Amino acid sequence: MLLDKTKNSIIYFDNAATSFPKPECVTDAVLNYMTQIGANPGRSGHKLSIEAGHIVFKARKSIAALFGLKNPMQVIFTSNATEALNLGIKGILQEGDHVITTSMEHNSAIRPLHELEKQAFISLAIVQADKTGIIDPKKIKEAITVRTKAVVVNHASNVLGCIQPIREIGKICKANGVIFIVDCAQSAGVVPIDINRDNIDILAFAGHKGLYGPTGTGGMVIADDFDHKKIKPLKCGGTGSLSDKIDQPDFLPDRFESGTLNIAGLSGLFAGSQYIQKKPGGIKGIYSHKNELQKHFIQQAEMFVQNFICYSSSNLPSAGVIAFRLKNISVSEAAQILSDKFEIMCRQGLHCSPLAHQTIGTFPEGTLRFGFGIFNTKEEIDIAVHALKSISEGN
Amino acid sequence: MKAVILFNSTNHAIWAENELKENEISCKMISVPRHLSSDCGYCVQIDADDGEKASNILNANNIEFDNIENYKGE
Repeated sequence: MLLDKTKNSIIYFDNAATSFPKPECVTDAVLNYMTQIGANPGRSGHKLSIEAGHIVFKARKSIAALFGLKNPMQVIFTSNATEALNLGIKGILQEGDHVITTSMEHNSAIRPLHELEKQAFISLAIVQADKTGIIDPKKIKEAITVRTKAVVVNHASNVLGCIQPIREIGKICKANGVIFIVDCAQSAGVVPIDINRDNIDILAFAGHKGLYGPTGTGGMVIADDFDHKKIKPLKCGGTGSLSDKIDQPDFLPDRFESGTLNIAGLSGLFAGSQYIQKKPGGIKGIYSHKNELQKHFIQQAEMFVQNFICYSSSNLPSAGVIAFRLKNISVSEAAQILSDKFEIMCRQGLHCSPLAHQTIGTFPEGTLRFGFGIFNTKEEIDIAVHALKSISEGN
Repeated sequence: MKAVILFNSTNHAIWAENELKENEISCKMISVPRHLSSDCGYCVQIDADDGEKASNILNANNIEFDNIENYKGE
């Protein structure tokens, strides 16, 4: 059911975990698939199967347009950004490879990398961000060795909201023949991204955050000029193609999409990705909206809330994610009161990003996190600031 | 006379249908005739006269296809 703000006083600031509410067109699309279409695409020739195939194609085309990709077949659907990162990372790495990543990574990237490092399969260099969470591209350049196969970078931090200079890092990767993998879980649908201009080889996105699709959607996008055969599939199985052979197809997207896709989810993802791209101002408009909300929150909280400590900068471009805390109360207790007493939903703790919290000096306690969405308003922020003031003063 | 365009992947078939329709070529998705291919899924049926034009459109869009075959029905 859609959140009805006239009947419900809930303020949802946990959009960095998953966006809510979803636009009505998204829930309509999911319902339409489940009640009117229902079939499995690519397996049968009946019209419902073909209709389901159209949905998947439209979703692929919409995602390709979002990232400036020419060939929609280079969009591979997965169940989330984590699966896409695992596919990209494990798919391209070979024994003895060296990989560079950053101290701002989410566990979705650092865990698969660290696992491979523990197995002595790869060696790993972690480039340290500064206190604002930003990576200096020069440090990436300095870390490149003759064995460096890939650079893995989180585009927009799920802790601080800060945005890395990916175009510059990508340029360094290109010049050195290194594969550039970018985790766009927080930035897709929030920050304008062009996979070719931004020099990205492999991009991972979540479908259920900034793209407003249902949970269980995401994908890996391969740049138009990147040879997909360099990536090994994580899973093999039925694709509806080459059914007379027991070999996994090597063409896209079938090489990476075995088993029935989440068509209900992709119906919603198509609707959500169209919704944000067709909004007045498009992605740039969403980006400005989130930056305005962030500035407003920090400004108001610094003015009215005693004991407010903010780790996100109001001067840096942001994906609308803010890490902060109140000096005089634990982050878990503050989040509990925000939820129970004020009906404000946020996330506390380490946000699956221990390295990022170490970088900003908030490990192991973590922080509170507000993640703003397209439906949030300055009025909601003012209510939250008032709530934080009240909690800080022990009321 | 009809013809069918066969594809390795049904994803490519749907993409092809989309591009052909955008280029105003009359086409229809049909089940893959068993005597032409052992693949699951569907292929694109066109008028045989449109074969060359369709082939040019698919090539211009880098849409991989297996073959175009005349098709009288099963």
